[in-house]
Amino acid sequence: MADLLNVIIPNVMSKPELLWKAFVETMEMLALTAPISFFLGLVWGVTVVATRPGGVLENRVVYLVVGKVIDLFRSIPFILLAIIMLSLSRLLVGTASGVKGSIIPLLFGTVPFFARQVESALAEVSPGLVEAAQSMGCSPWEILWRVYLRESVPSIVRGGTITLVSLIGFTAMAGAIGAGGLGNFAISYGMRNQMDVAYVVILIILVMVSLIQYIGNRIAQRATH
Amino acid sequence: MNVIKLEHISKTFGNETNGVHAVRDVTLHIAPGEIFGIIGYSGAGKSTLVRCINLLERPTAGTVTVDGQELTRMPERELRQARKKISMIFQLFNLMPSRTVEQNVAFPLKGSGLSREETRRKVLELLELVGLPDKAEAYPSQLSGGQKQRVAIARALASDPKVLLCDEATSALDPQTTQSILRLIRDINRKTGITVVVITHEMAVVKEICHRVAVMDKGCVVEEGSVFEVFSNPQQPVTRSFIATTSNLGKIEELIAANDPIVAVKPGEIVARLNYGQSNVSEATISEVSRRFNVDVSIVFGNVEIIDGQPLGGLVAILSGERITEAVNYLSECNVMVEVLKRG
Repeated sequence: MADLLNVIIPNVMSKPELLWKAFVETMEMLALTAPISFFLGLVWGVTVVATRPGGVLENRVVYLVVGKVIDLFRSIPFILLAIIMLSLSRLLVGTASGVKGSIIPLLFGTVPFFARQVESALAEVSPGLVEAAQSMGCSPWEILWRVYLRESVPSIVRGGTITLVSLIGFTAMAGAIGAGGLGNFAISYGMRNQMDVAYVVILIILVMVSLIQYIGNRIAQRATH
Repeated sequence: MNVIKLEHISKTFGNETNGVHAVRDVTLHIAPGEIFGIIGYSGAGKSTLVRCINLLERPTAGTVTVDGQELTRMPERELRQARKKISMIFQLFNLMPSRTVEQNVAFPLKGSGLSREETRRKVLELLELVGLPDKAEAYPSQLSGGQKQRVAIARALASDPKVLLCDEATSALDPQTTQSILRLIRDINRKTGITVVVITHEMAVVKEICHRVAVMDKGCVVEEGSVFEVFSNPQQPVTRSFIATTSNLGKIEELIAANDPIVAVKPGEIVARLNYGQSNVSEATISEVSRRFNVDVSIVFGNVEIIDGQPLGGLVAILSGERITEAVNYLSECNVMVEVLKRG
């Protein structure tokens, strides 16, 4: 087996400890960014839905500002965003490289994306449910929590799955500008004509994405009645 | 003492000059324990008006008083407390799809101070009341329309409200289910004395359960009174057209216009519509007229309903004989409204 692998993926077999390190770095980036993005994206998405015209906490100014900020960061291609964020990253976390340095650009890439996913998930909640809750004397906060969020769990899970998959893509790009991880590993050796490294990395990412999609679908399914 | 007092309610959407005047200067007083109907065609403003009772829509002008509290003057927080005593059910039920029946009914009980055990007991009692004791664990998607509305009624009653607002609550249901839901609402009204406001576009619903009714047209209440009064003596064209939908006495005009053989009359005969206003609907009047004036009365069709416990209705008949005029006069004396539709 090992002999066979030595033949088909010689450049990976020659540095398995580097592949493992890259994998750990990617997992670290995901583990640090995903929960923060989930929380912040949820807050932003809920803010948009709550403050939109006719929303339970209608507020034109907040709605416009939040919406424009989301659009601004959504419109910048991630590879440019990562470069723009270098100095902010140094300011906030003290470095612009390595796993730690990747967190700020990853958050700026992911939070607005997830915020829009949350927004569209909440927008699916029937206005009738909101009206019913209002007629029962619920406060705007109760409606956001007990109706909007609670009733859109399956959609939020699906949006979260899509976001997590796109976050994996972002970590690979972040790798290209010095964050490490699988993306960096594949790019740096792939460029040196060690294509087997790139293929193995793609395979690993494919497995990760499939797994995330599978788990996301299962959770969404179980939450749908 | 009225439980609901709407005084000079107006609601305009958009601006004052070119906005939509959904409700115009409506004043209604609804007594405790009453089932009050508000009927109108779609766009008449009835749904907006009912939303003004719990201030889901804030009226542009006028005051709303429910159970002695003037809602239109309350700050938001107090208003939310007041709303817990004004429940509402909807055309499309508005149950929370991610929650079980039990959780749906328990929804308004959060923060009520009841323990988990007390909440559960109360929910099960309510499900018993609406006839769904075995559906506690089901999800709304597993229920039929009628069952969903029963759950919605249980949920509406959970906060022990003084008032139940029904917004087209039976409009999405088939006639049989409509009957059973109306019966349930009437039973609950009798058992608990809850005041019920029913919004509908179906006269049959009003006829079935309401004590009093207001007819709405273009944002205004054009007619108001006991259901029997309104049915027996409608004043407005819109009211008449609603009543015509529940009776076949209006069909005669079409038949006459079409010169149908069923209403063909010989010279000296007349086609007349006889409307019984008071509670003297009996065939005896007809027999009496027939005997006394030697008039033949052949009934084309008849329609007698029981409204609010009193019979109401009329006949369309062809009268023939020498003394028709005397017979007609006699009928009028007996409080039967006679409308001559066609003379031979």
